[in-house]
Amino acid sequence: MNPAGFSEQVRRAWAIARKDIRIYYIKGPVLIFGIFMPVFLFLAFLMGSRQLPLAFLVSGLVGMALFFTATAVSPAIFPWEGQAKTLERLASCPITVEAIVFGDMIASTLFGIGITLITVIIGLALGLPLLHAITLGTGILLAACCFSAIGMLLAVPPTNTPSNIMMLSSLIKFPMVFISGIFIPLEQMPPWGLALAAFSPLTYFTDIVRYSFTGTNYFPVPGDVAALILFTIVLTAGTMYLHKRTMPKRM
Amino acid sequence: MSEAIEVTDLTKIFGTTVAVDHISFSVKEGEIFGFLGPNGAGKTTTTRMLTGVIPPDSGSALILDHDIQHQPVMAKQGFGVVPETSNAYADLTAWQNLMLMGDLYGLPHAHASDRASDLLKTLGLLERRDQKVQAYSKGMKQRLILAMALLHKPGLLFLDEPTSGLDVQSSQMILSLLRDLSQEGTTIFLTTHNMEEANRLCNRIAIIRSGKIVALDAPEKLKAAIDRLHRIEVSFDRDIPANGLARLPGVVHVDRTGDKWQITVEDRDLVIRSLVTFSQQQGAVIATLNTLAPSLDDAFLRLTREVPP
Repeated sequence: MNPAGFSEQVRRAWAIARKDIRIYYIKGPVLIFGIFMPVFLFLAFLMGSRQLPLAFLVSGLVGMALFFTATAVSPAIFPWEGQAKTLERLASCPITVEAIVFGDMIASTLFGIGITLITVIIGLALGLPLLHAITLGTGILLAACCFSAIGMLLAVPPTNTPSNIMMLSSLIKFPMVFISGIFIPLEQMPPWGLALAAFSPLTYFTDIVRYSFTGTNYFPVPGDVAALILFTIVLTAGTMYLHKRTMPKRM
Repeated sequence: MSEAIEVTDLTKIFGTTVAVDHISFSVKEGEIFGFLGPNGAGKTTTTRMLTGVIPPDSGSALILDHDIQHQPVMAKQGFGVVPETSNAYADLTAWQNLMLMGDLYGLPHAHASDRASDLLKTLGLLERRDQKVQAYSKGMKQRLILAMALLHKPGLLFLDEPTSGLDVQSSQMILSLLRDLSQEGTTIFLTTHNMEEANRLCNRIAIIRSGKIVALDAPEKLKAAIDRLHRIEVSFDRDIPANGLARLPGVVHVDRTGDKWQITVEDRDLVIRSLVTFSQQQGAVIATLNTLAPSLDDAFLRLTREVPP
């Protein structure tokens, strides 16, 4: 066994993920927040935007659900663990910072996928046809990885006060929802809005979901998938690099 | 005997404060090495650098032949850490914490389970293995932390104040386990404020003050080294002349307190031999004879006293 080898570090990252799921995700309030937050946002827009078709709004609901759940807990894990000194324990264990971040991302990805599947089931229960299941599955998987990387990126500032990070997290997450074609179709956006939307990975995921339920899309689907892959790689590499730099400042 | 820890010129600076100032020392394999110093002297910062928690600003530390900065995973695989503050996951049970450690050290599950059961039994926690750590007392948490550090049978153990604030039972249990580990060949790097603990356990002690190591030696040698002069307390079964004692070779000063004589000497061995001859010449019997060596507390206080500007 080479403790520093890639496969061994992935195994240890999986141990971090299981620990996260046990401690942070399988909690009543977290699960309830994960489900209710997007549902209430969806209902608010359903009431206020009666002219938008249900299929459009359900696609938005699925996009929001994945985005909010995959970024709900992960930004606060490092501050929590820094405060409880458990991060110091992890730092003295034979696991790299990259593997710790990857483990947190796995947990966040699985949580995001789990909750999002519920919203997909809601869509199906409302009578929406699922036209492209494999495309949707691929999109959910890629976007869950991408959003969990965003969640970890939000945790980069080396503070051990979770409320600071949660405030920063809200400041970034909510505007992203509004520029990503969830409530305003991309076709109806002004050019500057479209330019902003292009920088949000949520835009491409929402486009994939819409395509999966309605068969219509704004960007070509391979383009959406490629954009999500690119965002995932860049954001994952970025968050790992930055956490490696800021980790000692948390101790 | 090879070195388990080899520190060269290790330095850490926080802002304008030099927390650890170019320290160098080594710890031999199988040794119990005490690291003492007053609060803020740089003990914990040094331990954190040696365990790879924070990087040094300059210098290097070889831990079990691996550079802690350049091969951190390989170095960390070989040691266990018991920090001062319990840092087990409070929301997990003792068993879950141990299994997490098993996974993080790459132990096969069956091996980790057997080892965890043995350690929990040794440390008196087996019956509460499925209880969440948040319900544990401080002593139980500290014993669990020790079990977590020992799960992978490390060759080197770092302990930061392991018995601080613990009840006598937990303290004794931990100290007894440390002695057993040392006999089995585990190298122990012990940071403590407890002089008695350091005196009884450690083969060598380093004393750090203001980020610099001011003394490094065996406890008895440290005690002896702080004073050039030593004191001997002796009593006889009859009166003997004071000037006779004062004239003995190596005697610097003689004081009488009650029925005892306190003799200040330069060479204890020489004076004790002379006292035996002197008592025979006087036809007296030595009733009591004590060498009043400075304690480790004295040595610590003397060595860590700030030098006036």
